[in-house]
Amino acid sequence: MLLAGGQGSRLGVLTAKVAKPAVAFGGKYRIIDFPLSNCINSGIDTVGVLTQYQPLRLNAHIGIGIPWDLDRNYGGVTILPPYEKSTSSEWYTGTANAIYQNIDYIETFHPDYVLILSGDHIYKMDYEVMLDYHKANNADVTIAAMPVPMEEASRFGIVITDDDGRITEFQEKPEKPKSNLASMGIYIFSWPVLKEALHTMRDESGCDFGKHIIPYCHRKGERLFAYEYNGYWKDVGTLGSYWEANMELIDIIPEFNLYEEFWKIYTNSGILPPQYISEQAVIDRCIIGNGSEIYGEVHNSVIGSGVVIGEGTVVRDSIIMKDAVIGKNCVVDKAIIAENCKIGDEVVMGIGRDVPNRLKPSVYSFGLVTIGENSVIPEKVQIGKNTAISGKTTAEDYPDGVLDSGETLIKAGERV
Amino acid sequence: MRAVGIILAGGNSYKMKELTQKRAVAAMPIAGSYRAIDFALSNMSNSHIQKVAVLTQYNARSLNEHLNSSKWWDFGRKQGGLYVFTPTITADNGYWYRGTADAIYQNLDFLKRCHEPYVIITSGDAVYKMDYNKVLEYHIAKRADITIVCKELAPGEDASRFGTLKMNDTMRVEEFEEKPMVAKSNTISTGIYVIRRRHLIDMIEHCAEEDRHDFVTDILIRYKNLKKIYGYKIKDYWNSISTVDAYYRTNMDFLKPEVRNYFFKEQPDVYSKVSDLPPAKYNPGAVVKNSLIASGSIINGTVENSILFKKTFVGNNCVIKNSIILNDVYLGDNTYIENCIVESRNTIRANTRHVGEDGVKVVIEKNERYVL
Repeated sequence: MLLAGGQGSRLGVLTAKVAKPAVAFGGKYRIIDFPLSNCINSGIDTVGVLTQYQPLRLNAHIGIGIPWDLDRNYGGVTILPPYEKSTSSEWYTGTANAIYQNIDYIETFHPDYVLILSGDHIYKMDYEVMLDYHKANNADVTIAAMPVPMEEASRFGIVITDDDGRITEFQEKPEKPKSNLASMGIYIFSWPVLKEALHTMRDESGCDFGKHIIPYCHRKGERLFAYEYNGYWKDVGTLGSYWEANMELIDIIPEFNLYEEFWKIYTNSGILPPQYISEQAVIDRCIIGNGSEIYGEVHNSVIGSGVVIGEGTVVRDSIIMKDAVIGKNCVVDKAIIAENCKIGDEVVMGIGRDVPNRLKPSVYSFGLVTIGENSVIPEKVQIGKNTAISGKTTAEDYPDGVLDSGETLIKAGERV
Repeated sequence: MRAVGIILAGGNSYKMKELTQKRAVAAMPIAGSYRAIDFALSNMSNSHIQKVAVLTQYNARSLNEHLNSSKWWDFGRKQGGLYVFTPTITADNGYWYRGTADAIYQNLDFLKRCHEPYVIITSGDAVYKMDYNKVLEYHIAKRADITIVCKELAPGEDASRFGTLKMNDTMRVEEFEEKPMVAKSNTISTGIYVIRRRHLIDMIEHCAEEDRHDFVTDILIRYKNLKKIYGYKIKDYWNSISTVDAYYRTNMDFLKPEVRNYFFKEQPDVYSKVSDLPPAKYNPGAVVKNSLIASGSIINGTVENSILFKKTFVGNNCVIKNSIILNDVYLGDNTYIENCIVESRNTIRANTRHVGEDGVKVVIEKNERYVL
């Protein structure tokens, strides 16, 4: 069961119209491709995807699951949005509540075990190994946990285990962590145990795995185990970590390597021609998606599919998503430009002082320029750092042709 | 649906030299992401021809691999579908396909069971975009028995590897010569034909009775005064890749913006099998000029005026100029490649030098590969 209903509000304008799992990543992928590919690579071919927030892009992307080989006669991928019931109709109020509302779906497959995943992490993991561990321990619940540096441990939900890996205690974002094993939000439940817990806790408002179900199972004395995972795992919940995770792909031998034959990541990519690099182009340390045309300079960037970068334009330390068109003689510095944006000629992005964003300082920071999908930016404007733009902007929106550092420009009718 | 499609993809061409040792011409990779047959298949699909037979014979393994699912071209519907016919031994036939007409004859049951009134025949080794419905409209308007799509070669181009034809003012074909030593005309047949299905079945059966097997010499040329054969001239891009030189030039054409836009940007799209490869990656030291790069490639060296197919690895300090590197090639450090076609799945050792001195050189090097 893949939880993909969250908004991911800390990604700002990037998730104004798409759910976080549908946000593009690494040139041609979307975040949800990673857990979906992990599923099929682990031999799990029955996957329910729980959607709620802005599911259009997600639904279109997943379709009937062909790219992940999840179009099956039995099982396969099923999209599970909230639905009307004869008694109480409600949205998914929490992660566990979403599963509770889909008990019937799970029951049709008579499973022994249920794997709960979230659709917003970048990692490769063999869930079958985790399931073997679950079985070997005769466990009721197994929680995947990752060692983090002790000084960062207070940002996570921490599990404390005995020598056999059995969980003895939980600490939610503790000030004084007793261990450095952080929960990754990946759970395997023995289905009868989960079903019982979901029924018992059904009236809990906003019923959540971390807050309610796991503590309930712990109180009840079920066998809870921690499965230690030591590979690459990245939460891309903030613009900073999202940007960083993309940039890590550019390293000569990235820690998270998409070029390995083993454990391929699949995506719904469309049939695209190769990319064209022109005579004048300069390409230096970047990854570029299919169908793109590069006429300018690209340094240290992740470029999606079908992107056009005009002559004389210099792109540096940026992420440019699918089908965006950047005009001529622009300077793009440390920007995240979402899908289908049109950037006019001679636009300069990422200049000026590093002033915190006035509207949402915690979201638009890291010195990034963030531009939401389908935005239009007129020619010859200058855009500062820690800024966000969404919508079809015109020259009048930029007094003196400048959007200062720390400003936010959301056109009427557009939501933040 | 007014027509079924037949794609003749059984051919080998000795003029392709080593390149067709491992595959049929129709399976030759084109323009970084495609194979030759994708163009005919996409044209069929985009012309709403839903039932298509591909006739294969020569070394069809990689072609069959490419066609293992019909979904990429949007066939595989409840009505229609993609049929691949390889020669088989039956109770009353033990021959390979002895020619194009024989290939159709051996699968005549397929044509007999169809209900579509027309047949579009095309070869699998040409690079072009075409709405076959326009040819069909013309065919009907002319009340033709057979319509041949033809193209005028630019002056100076060698017509001797094609069938050449001459037409009168009404576009009726008066002369047709197959691969003449001295061509009397620079109008060539593209190997794309429109025929009424019943008519084709009759002619093929008649041909088989006389123990004749070739569609061009035994049907088109023999019948040209008896049947009304009309020519339909096209001016759009069309190229056959049946020689090494033509193959090289056709690929290099995609570096021209007008050809690239015509095939890549203008509707309708050309479809191909999608492989799940990551985007291309450019490491420090990569210098790329005027080149097409396909996905899954990793580039550490210099690439100029070249086409790199999928999953090419270019080592440090490599220089690649005016070359075509087919898919899954590993080029070791300090390699110099100029004016070459490097065969797919090659592993080129470090410090190798290959230069096509007079004309294009085909490089085949099978070495052990030690990479992750």
